[in-house]
Amino acid sequence: MSLADAVAPPRPKTGLVGRFPVLAVLEYHLVAYRRTWRSGAFSSFLLPLLTVVGFGVGVGAYVDAGVGGVPYLDFIVPGLIASTALQIAVGESTWPVLRNFEWVKIYFGQAATPLRAADIVGGHLAFVLFRVLTSSLAFLLVAGLFGTLHSAWALATPLLVLLIAISVAAPVFAFSSAVRSDNYVAMLFRFAVIPMTLFAGVFFPVESLPVVLRWLAYVSPLWHGVDLCRAATLGLAPAWSVPGHLLYLAAWGFVGWLLARSQFRRRLVI
Amino acid sequence: MDVSDQAVRVDAVASDTVLIQARGLVKRFGDFTAVDGIDVDVRAGEAFGFLGPNGAGKSSTMRMIGCVSPPTGGELQIMGMDPRRDGPAIRARLGVCPQSDNLDPELTVQENLTTYARYFGIPRRVARERAAELLNFVQLAERAGSRVEPLSGGMKRRVTIARALVNEPDIVLLDEPTTGLDPQARHLVWERLFRLKQQGVTLVLTTHYMDEAEQLCDRLVVMDGGRIVAEGAPRTLIERYSTREVVELRFAADNQEDFAGKLVGLGERIEVLPDRVLLYVGDGDAAVSAVHARALTPASVLVRRSSLEDVFLHLTGRTLVD
Repeated sequence: MSLADAVAPPRPKTGLVGRFPVLAVLEYHLVAYRRTWRSGAFSSFLLPLLTVVGFGVGVGAYVDAGVGGVPYLDFIVPGLIASTALQIAVGESTWPVLRNFEWVKIYFGQAATPLRAADIVGGHLAFVLFRVLTSSLAFLLVAGLFGTLHSAWALATPLLVLLIAISVAAPVFAFSSAVRSDNYVAMLFRFAVIPMTLFAGVFFPVESLPVVLRWLAYVSPLWHGVDLCRAATLGLAPAWSVPGHLLYLAAWGFVGWLLARSQFRRRLVI
Repeated sequence: MDVSDQAVRVDAVASDTVLIQARGLVKRFGDFTAVDGIDVDVRAGEAFGFLGPNGAGKSSTMRMIGCVSPPTGGELQIMGMDPRRDGPAIRARLGVCPQSDNLDPELTVQENLTTYARYFGIPRRVARERAAELLNFVQLAERAGSRVEPLSGGMKRRVTIARALVNEPDIVLLDEPTTGLDPQARHLVWERLFRLKQQGVTLVLTTHYMDEAEQLCDRLVVMDGGRIVAEGAPRTLIERYSTREVVELRFAADNQEDFAGKLVGLGERIEVLPDRVLLYVGDGDAAVSAVHARALTPASVLVRRSSLEDVFLHLTGRTLVD
């Protein structure tokens, strides 16, 4: 009997998940998150509260002049929203990715199913976006309660936060899938995340930096996110063009996505 | 579970249907050739084994069949499809039980099965039903709600086997299904796999346990250095590459070699090991009498049936491969 006789008709693809397998991957990550979301939800309110009170109210009390006429608290809240998005996006794109390749090997189990590398990266990235979005909404709520939102454009902040998240999470997925040990994660935080948080305009305007550092801030995705968020919550014009910011962040996300997808393929299909 | 449905489906396509066909299949990693041009036919409903020492190319072959490793050369067809082109469609109909479990230790046993079922586009309700049936099948129904982490190795392996069946696969691939399990757990896994085989599910497994291969496989190939060195049913291989019986003689002296010369002509083949001498013979008792007739007095004598292990060691040598 020939091989062709063994061919059964392809199985019908039913439901949303059948047509978009990436959703099944997202669903797995959400099911796994269900175990820890309570503590996560608590800290996603606590973290903004502590930072707003500590930096905004505490440090702000010594910054009488504000920044460019804006009270210090109002100045740093949008920066903190953007930098928190960065921290969560990077945190969720490093250890969990290493875990799924090196320690628990979830990705290899997924690769044995009809899922393609793009579904596996895409579903996990979608979960990272979900995490960043929910935490930012909590932050935004706290920020609103402190009266730091001055424009209806603040409603656009969640979208901006998603853009920041994809612009860093996608390239960090590529990074995390290329390294074999979490020592590299520590280096990523030390040499990229912490300097960005400190010098990309979150706590003070980048104009106060020497020219070389200022250009490093301009290159970092965070500065573009901070500038956009600040424009949105204060209702002021950003320091650079809005389409320019959006395209720059989208470019980081797009190139990161291509790199991550090809790196995942290299690891999963050998 | 409804493996019974599956049995019907597989029986419907006659048992001489070839599900997996490899011709001159090659896998290279850089300069290293893991699989060096093998020909394999796996038919519907049979249990097919890849036997060989570590590094023989078994797992590389399994990964190519599992469509997670594109062949470097040769031809491979699985259910009439080409893994290079139809990977997702083929994988949709495979069940894979990998060498090391990759369950999520934080999730419950049931969640591991249901989330996995979703990757195949199986509706949630069906996924829950199948998970319950399959956990019954692997005798873990009462652990459905427990997290995977504290489970024993044998239980995890059974969860992995249940997970591999969640999409009602046409072919189940098992890479060293009982490696690292204690004897009780091994026997339980064998018994479940035997049940699957009875129900007509096509099993493809790798192993370096001879008893596993003899118990489960209808047909097997012995691989060594990326090539197939023997092929056939376990019994046929034993007949072809070994004798019916083996006599193990242990002499009191330090050097067993001294006695080898005195045994010449008593067996089809004589093998001298550091602690004993093996005589490969048709009739063990006759050979023992002949040994005594030559006035040799071994400290111990054991007559046993030849096993696949004798074939395996004969074909792949006794040198340790790590």
